[in-house]
Amino acid sequence: MAIKEIKQITGTALPLLLDDIDTDRIIPARFLRCVTFDGLGEHAFEDDRKQDPNHPFDQVRFRAASILIAGRNFGCGSSREHAPQSLMRWGIQAIVAESFAEIFFGNCGSLGIPAVVASRTDLERLAQAVDQNPVLQVTLNLETQKITAGELVIPVTMPNSAREALITGQWDYLGRLLSAADDIRAHAAKVPYLTGWK
Amino acid sequence: MSDNRNLFNKVWDQHAVRTLPNGQTQLFIGLHLIHEVTSPQAFEILRDRGLKVAFPERTIATVDHIVPTASQARPFVDLLAEQMMSAIEKNCAEFGVTLLDLKDKRQGIVHVVGPEQGLTQPGMTIVCGDSHTSTHGAFGSIAIGIGTSNVAEVLATQTMFLNRPKVRRVVVDGKLAPGVYAKDVILYIIQKLGVQGGVGYAYEFAGTTFDAMSMEERMTVCNMSIEGGARCGYINPDQTTVEYLRGRPNSPVGAEFDRAAAWWLSLASGPNAVFDDVVVFKASDIEPTVTWGITPAQSVGVSQPLPKLAEIGAEDQKLIKEALEFMDLKEGQPIKGTKIDVAFIGSCTNSRISDLREAARIASGHHVAPHVKAIVVPGSQLVREQAMKEGLHEVFQAAGFEWREAGCSMCLAMNPDKLQGREMCASSSNRNFKGRQGSPTGRTLLMSPAMVTAAAIRGFVTDIREFA
Ligand code: SF4
Repeated sequence: MAIKEIKQITGTALPLLLDDIDTDRIIPARFLRCVTFDGLGEHAFEDDRKQDPNHPFDQVRFRAASILIAGRNFGCGSSREHAPQSLMRWGIQAIVAESFAEIFFGNCGSLGIPAVVASRTDLERLAQAVDQNPVLQVTLNLETQKITAGELVIPVTMPNSAREALITGQWDYLGRLLSAADDIRAHAAKVPYLTGWK
Repeated sequence: MSDNRNLFNKVWDQHAVRTLPNGQTQLFIGLHLIHEVTSPQAFEILRDRGLKVAFPERTIATVDHIVPTASQARPFVDLLAEQMMSAIEKNCAEFGVTLLDLKDKRQGIVHVVGPEQGLTQPGMTIVCGDSHTSTHGAFGSIAIGIGTSNVAEVLATQTMFLNRPKVRRVVVDGKLAPGVYAKDVILYIIQKLGVQGGVGYAYEFAGTTFDAMSMEERMTVCNMSIEGGARCGYINPDQTTVEYLRGRPNSPVGAEFDRAAAWWLSLASGPNAVFDDVVVFKASDIEPTVTWGITPAQSVGVSQPLPKLAEIGAEDQKLIKEALEFMDLKEGQPIKGTKIDVAFIGSCTNSRISDLREAARIASGHHVAPHVKAIVVPGSQLVREQAMKEGLHEVFQAAGFEWREAGCSMCLAMNPDKLQGREMCASSSNRNFKGRQGSPTGRTLLMSPAMVTAAAIRGFVTDIREFA
């Protein structure tokens, strides 16, 4: 499986600066009735969009956005990988938020979606800049850990293990796990409940 | 020298295959549970890459999320559900994984089935493509929810990469007052520590309150660790754990059981165990607790009023306003007396036999309010069978509750059980997110099964302590 190095994402951005957005809201459960992830993109935030005609995901000016600006505890709740899958298929390639729920963060890593953290003040400045100028080019650089948007430069962070995996193109975790197949067998032979607790 | 590692770190070290230079651990997984929703794409990844399941005997599958609870006849009316059902049947047959399907009496909600079958044991690493895998921590295991890519990784290698979290000891001491249940304890903890308070942590629940709990109550507590942001929560194994496991279908027997029990007990965090953080609560401060908002931390004691906006920091006001608006509740109003339309007893939080016994005890001799639709959904076929042996279904039916087949049901409404429109539901489940129970505008009040029963009968949120 060819894996690409992800060092930088450039595109326009979409502000959704709300807190505690759970994965049920990102992709409602009824869309989980599927055996592939195809077609999930169009249903991202479907119920929120229905209830808020002004939802950023429905605004034409943000339709081409590839960077999502989110709030605190983004992606909490269910472990469904359908959530980042639907965002990815909608067109989102990177997420910057005040913080992420852990399973969601891990799922993003598996899909090669950088999920970086910035301060609330910086997120508000970025959201405002994008709101005023939706065609503003925003660049997330994982090597320098900065987001640049016109005049605005904001520092972002990401745990090193996840960041390195993206930069070096080693986010094919399955391939790396498989490379230890012999160690795994040897390890299993030492686990008490696999050996009758002897 | 005494071991000053806490249980979490002992179990983690035991399962570490290797540590990468970047600090990530490749962790061996002792038990992998799968269900129909998050596994089909994982098997597809294996097929694409020509891989096999590495340890097929360490994976067990069941079906729960999409299963209809009114009638389980095949093919399902919902063709998408039928397609998912066929997919898991085909995948398990092809890859050699045991499937507890609808024809199997052991079928049920994955987090009810694992413990019931004795698959879940202390000292294991347990994963499942489901966030409430934290439930299994009740046995003193490391039990975490994972995404579908991880499911593929575990199928193919029986391992995955994880960063070691910190461990916070959450102590609750004292005796719970009458009418206060395990559900109230965990709702209270989440209210105090917040929905993201546990991010980066595993929660060790310790103290005399948990010591006194049955295994089923401990499962209720650990189940909702994830609602507090902690990917896993656990309780140290003790004699209660050992007795629960004795004689289970997958428990060891004879001398092997004794060896196992000795090892299980040896894993418990000792008096010198070190933690990254400790918080302490008092059982006597906890009252029957009800959520009023759209996150599980937005809760109050049933005798308390909802928060007032003026008392809340500017940063949280937006979220609270959004919640009040969505729920159509007013700041400062009492939660008691809030009218409900639906009552749901079920989910991996509270659908075990002890939950049903308590609900039936309260329902006995009463009738559900005329405007309320009330359903009871046992967590597994075996729970259902046991309840019927005890005649609980008759108590429920006489009281006007519908008695259903096992499954997740209205916890997330992937099957036909759904709220309609703006309905308000008193629910024994774990999530009150917008749209969670199947109607985008439906509303959920989380509470203990006892409180759900009382609310069903009165027709509004009721303090179980005043219910007679
Ligand atoms: S009962 Fe609810 S929370 Fe539990 S596994 Fe099923 S859907 Fe998830």
